[in-house]
Amino acid sequence: MSPAHARDEYRGDQDPDDRDPDDRRRRTGAGVTPRLTMDWQRADRAATLREHSARFGPLRANAARRGNRDLLDQIAAAGLTGRGGASFPTAKKMRAVAAGRGPAVVVANGMESEPASEKDQALLARAPHLVLDGISVAATAVGAAEAHLCLSRTRGWLVDSVLAAIAEREQAGADRIGVAVHELPHHYVSSEETALVHWLNGGEAKPTSTPPRPFERGVGKRPTLVDNVETLAHVALIARYGAAWFREAGTGGGAGTMLTTVAGAVSRPGVYEVEAGTSVGDVLELAGLRERSEAVLIGGYFGTWHDLEVIADLPFTAAGLRPAGGSPGAGVLFALPAGTCGLAEAARIMRYLASQGAQQCGPCIFGLPAIADDLAQLAAGRPEGDPLSRMQRRFGVISGRGACRHPDGAVRMAASAIRTFGADAHAHARRRPCLAAHRGRQQTALLPVPRPFAEGDWR
Amino acid sequence: MVSLPDGRLSLGTGRLLAAGSSGPSPLWYTARATGVVALVLLTVTVALGVAGTARVSTDLLPGIVRSGLHRNTSLLAVAFIAVHVLSSVLDPYAGIKLTAAVVPFSSAYRPIWLGLGAIAFDMLLALLFTSLVRSRLSYRAWHAVHWLGYACWPVALWHGLGTGTDSRLSWLLLLDAACALVVGAAVAWRLNLTVHRLTGHSVPGRSLAAGSFAGYGRVRAAGLAGVAAFLLATIVFVTTGPLQPGWARRAGTPASMLHSAHPASNAFAGRTGAGR
Amino acid sequence: MKLNLQIDPIACTGHGLCADLLPELIELDEWGYPIIGGAVPPDLAAHARRAVNACPALALRLVRTPDQLAARHALAASETRGG
Repeated sequence: MSPAHARDEYRGDQDPDDRDPDDRRRRTGAGVTPRLTMDWQRADRAATLREHSARFGPLRANAARRGNRDLLDQIAAAGLTGRGGASFPTAKKMRAVAAGRGPAVVVANGMESEPASEKDQALLARAPHLVLDGISVAATAVGAAEAHLCLSRTRGWLVDSVLAAIAEREQAGADRIGVAVHELPHHYVSSEETALVHWLNGGEAKPTSTPPRPFERGVGKRPTLVDNVETLAHVALIARYGAAWFREAGTGGGAGTMLTTVAGAVSRPGVYEVEAGTSVGDVLELAGLRERSEAVLIGGYFGTWHDLEVIADLPFTAAGLRPAGGSPGAGVLFALPAGTCGLAEAARIMRYLASQGAQQCGPCIFGLPAIADDLAQLAAGRPEGDPLSRMQRRFGVISGRGACRHPDGAVRMAASAIRTFGADAHAHARRRPCLAAHRGRQQTALLPVPRPFAEGDWR
Repeated sequence: MVSLPDGRLSLGTGRLLAAGSSGPSPLWYTARATGVVALVLLTVTVALGVAGTARVSTDLLPGIVRSGLHRNTSLLAVAFIAVHVLSSVLDPYAGIKLTAAVVPFSSAYRPIWLGLGAIAFDMLLALLFTSLVRSRLSYRAWHAVHWLGYACWPVALWHGLGTGTDSRLSWLLLLDAACALVVGAAVAWRLNLTVHRLTGHSVPGRSLAAGSFAGYGRVRAAGLAGVAAFLLATIVFVTTGPLQPGWARRAGTPASMLHSAHPASNAFAGRTGAGR
Repeated sequence: MKLNLQIDPIACTGHGLCADLLPELIELDEWGYPIIGGAVPPDLAAHARRAVNACPALALRLVRTPDQLAARHALAASETRGG
């Protein structure tokens, strides 16, 4: 992958009115809000330090004016939540780390091992200095003497780009502490926070048993803050402009902006920055939703499937989606094209997830492939026995019994597929699969499913 | 308790010997008997240990019973070995000091063969200690030491064959052979257990197709070859060693004891027909 | 102040001895791995302790302070996957 890819995926510069004229379901409402993504359309490369400073203003003076507590208060008042998948209040996590014993460690999570997500790569490729500023601010806020940025080993181009940005900063003396960049194995579970900590401590990039959690004892046994790179980018802007500014954007209960990757039955797939609280339907419209899509996968491969009609008006936030059993997750929105078999797509994702576990915990090692088999039988319309009730039974016993939330996410995805495509599921179970399932076997896959590693290395 | 001129302690059974028959003391018999029982117990322990790795759990032998038995036979073995060591040390005849029980090759009596016993005993002590403080150790540390169990058994066997006064007895040879076959079979069974491709753990009993990570085939082949080689070597050893005349001298029995009127060094030699 | 059984899912390799010793609280799933049914009532505490000692993988733990656990779980929800 080259930087050109990063350019193509970003679409936020399109004028919202410049949409498919046949689109009859135009909604009014929020458009893109360029904060993190400001000026991304100007060039197809990373912003230099000078461009970054011109664009956003200097950080040094602002950060120096604020003491540790002040920074944390600003972040708390802003209501920033994690952008890596769990939507946990960022200030709360930072306070927990700051309260730990001894100097802390900051780890920026730029792994983005969610195949359907592209926002973190885009952010790092276009605005690395935002992320690096954020790391610096976070380090000050929690009292850290050490900072790390974890990237995927398969994205050498991104690593080079980020290293160049760091070199610029070193020359300008921009940071109090240097950021060490690491290239980790690119497995789905390797981006989990205990996996990052374990790898940084010299082990494999596999999740570990907790307690202790990283905020208590992480890298080098020190309190460790693990944050997604987008979260840190927001921190960098809050440190400059304050909490009130952050909250100027946001609608329907959401605060600030968020990056989202939109894909599937849309004419302009890519990464968009929208106000938090924008409805799911509005975000899809921004990307040019094609009319006949009926279902959407929200959050990522560990997210949930929903009927578009049910979900369209709900805010794309944790609180907004909770009543529907969903969550923004990694900010992914995938609209299922009409005429595609949702069960087949879900089965493919499930097979991928089943192969991507760290192979450490029984319920995940055995349970996920079992469910993947059941789902595959259902999708193909060739059930052996009663895969539906087998799956329901298995859904109930697998969640919460692994060292990480990987099996929980996989089960959640599969269960939501059965729920959302319920009618299809019953038809398939009676050996009457849809035409789409038949066709699907020859069709190229819609959702990117990387080839599962065989005996991949975890170190 | 009497203190002998050279500093050894004696239960005074020497006087009993002098006063009573001219045969070996009850302590010597105790040492030999407890040694044999200990070997049998260790054999059962190893077999039960492998059964544990294989997750054997039947109505007749539920998992917890099997696990408890493994623990108890090992503790019983240690108890018998304690008596074995004590009686050998207290018996005045062979002059074995207590330190020889833990410091290998330091005894005057058959130093090599007794030394093997000390090695086996040391390993057993390590196994015992780590298992007693198991909850305070990391699993990896405990497990690493536990591998010594496989090393301990062959050493104990050769100790018995080399040091043992009764090695020529046909029933004892048969018993030794039976035990060796049981342990050999147990090790072969262990080598054939599935190792999960990525976890390295043996998986719950369902499919016991042999080893499934790259290179395990070689480990298994090497292990089986090792078992066969050991059994063969033991047969060779026994036939060229203890079963040959003059073994007592070759094994390192001090000269003073070899041709004494005390028949302890070659007890029952006449019975088996092997001369001196 | 309740007693709770906790399984270390990475250490657990599904030996199943715990379920033999404490069938009231522990059952095995279809692959032989244990599922804890609830907190340990006082009359089963001794059996629970025996189950903890019996585990060949030392994967079972008895935990006495659910309040600390609750606080941990709140922060545990902060687990991020990085996207």
